Amino acid sequence: MEVKQLNETTYEIVCRTAHYKIVNQKIRELVNKNASKIILREVFGQRYIGTGIKEPIKIEIHGIAGNDLGIFLYNPKIEVFGNSQDCVGNTMMKGEIIVRGHAGDVCGYGMRGGKVYIEGDVGYRVGIHMKGYKEFVPTLIIGGKAGNFFGEYMAGGKLILLGLNRKTGEDIVGDYCATGMHGGIIYVRGEVPEKYLGKEVKIFEIDEKEKNLLKEELKGFANRFGLSVEEIMSKPFTKIVPVSARPYGRLYAHRWGIASGVIK
Amino acid sequence: MKNYSEMSGCGLAGFINRNGERVSGKYIFDSITSMKERGNGMGAGYAAYGIYPNMAEYYAFHIMIDDLDKITEITGVLNRFFHIVKSELIPTKSISSLYKKTTPPLFYRYFVTPKNDVKLPLETEEDMVVRAIMTINEKIAGAYVISSGKNMGAFKGVGEPDEIGEFFEIDQYQGNIWIAHTRFPTNTPGWWGGAHPFTVLDWSIVHNGEITSYGTNKRYVEMYGYKCTLLTDTEVAAYIFDLLFRKHKLPIKATLLAIAAPFWKDIDYIREKKLDKINELAMKIREVYSSAMLNGPFAMLFAYKDGLIGFNDRIKLRPFVAAINKDTVYMASEESAIRVICNNPEKVWMPKAGEPVIALMNNCNSDKCHPACI
Repeated sequence: MEVKQLNETTYEIVCRTAHYKIVNQKIRELVNKNASKIILREVFGQRYIGTGIKEPIKIEIHGIAGNDLGIFLYNPKIEVFGNSQDCVGNTMMKGEIIVRGHAGDVCGYGMRGGKVYIEGDVGYRVGIHMKGYKEFVPTLIIGGKAGNFFGEYMAGGKLILLGLNRKTGEDIVGDYCATGMHGGIIYVRGEVPEKYLGKEVKIFEIDEKEKNLLKEELKGFANRFGLSVEEIMSKPFTKIVPVSARPYGRLYAHRWGIASGVIK
Repeated sequence: MKNYSEMSGCGLAGFINRNGERVSGKYIFDSITSMKERGNGMGAGYAAYGIYPNMAEYYAFHIMIDDLDKITEITGVLNRFFHIVKSELIPTKSISSLYKKTTPPLFYRYFVTPKNDVKLPLETEEDMVVRAIMTINEKIAGAYVISSGKNMGAFKGVGEPDEIGEFFEIDQYQGNIWIAHTRFPTNTPGWWGGAHPFTVLDWSIVHNGEITSYGTNKRYVEMYGYKCTLLTDTEVAAYIFDLLFRKHKLPIKATLLAIAAPFWKDIDYIREKKLDKINELAMKIREVYSSAMLNGPFAMLFAYKDGLIGFNDRIKLRPFVAAINKDTVYMASEESAIRVICNNPEKVWMPKAGEPVIALMNNCNSDKCHPACI
């Protein structure tokens, strides 16, 4: 591992096969020294990059970002020039992750805030268990296609799947899409076969008002990847929302709470 | 730089040069060592094809033994079945950190050619070799055959992938197909015989995951004379391959259809799409080979003299990435493990669950090799 200072607040780390603990320690050390931008070069699967930092720094990753990129992320902005592996943005809270390539399985798992933009395809179980609360509304936008279990057990936030690289005959999303979903919203650019959908959700068309909201949401994504929002919006979107309300609300509730009517 | 391991899954890596060009074990060593994190130092191993070109016509038996005195017994058993052409200790290096965990056993290798008059009625040569393996594994305490194919070998033990690689001096071997594994034992003991790969004849297998149907599978293969002696679930997968692939002569895809069988609802869907033949085949395989189905999460690499096959369980509960660069096909748990040895592959993709990646040798044609398609 080599560290270079490029200017007062910008540092470059050549990672190669250095252990992730050493790389992450170095990043934190540099942040404490007032670094505002860190460029990681020759990254080969180092895990947990960006975690444990509260300063709104920028991290550039050149190479393959390892598992759990930006896990518990709380402010930093991460940009990956390359592909990333599994669990991007796991349980992230704030900040932004941009991946200029594909991402692996379980991307955006339990995300509770911030934005994740993936340029290419994603693997299985993407956006599972995303959640939102008051001002914390996570957004995960995927430019490519997704595998099975997309948005499974989703509880909040926005999950947008564009399938821009889709060839004719290819499915945009896999089986068990939105199974057990009970909150949040999924937008898919194209049709989702009924047999792939979970029982807890229904498909709707989007109206003009929602179209505008979606446009706003897509602006950030289109900007980052040099696309036009109009072109993305030129095809119809499908909206997937849950039709049940709090189906698991009583699952772990105390008997007394239910009996006394405090928990409905 | 030690003891960084934490809770994780196993890791696997492998590649095949489809032109048959042999490369040093250094590459697979670098690849699997980059995923050290996925194991916990309780098992690692390598299997390589094309490493004994001068002894290619003989079965190469790699045998793990507790002490040198067992050699008399092993030689005794082998002499009943084979002419021993050459026997020697497998060269190993002293890696001090290995001895802190366990005492490494000794590794002996024999190059043998079968005797003509020892086959039982109806038995093929391969059946006889399998019988010899089972005899050693079961009857000689403290001796285990860890590989037994022609022009191939397995090297494995308790340690990190770099420790085991250095112990066996893996970089001294040249092979055209390599697979490797780093282990995080969860349900079964971490011992030298329990490290991956598992092999029988020239099939070898590395596995990340767990086989929850182990009991059913074990009873099934035992009916055909296989003995599960290595205390680990993956062993049974190697025997199932041998049974379906070699003895029952199923094509590759049909074998995988039996092992990672599609759900009934997906079989119904095949019927709705009017793919009657595939539907019938899928149904029959599920019925006939229900006991050969591996349940539970897994990603597996399976190698034999003609190719390398990687596949996942039906709902992709373990990671699996593949890449192609010219004549080489790479497969691994993590993309970074591929990029470490091939920085810019022509194509990288994440295969779908239950969709095998089949990379056969270029010189494979249908009469010489196993059929790939149904």
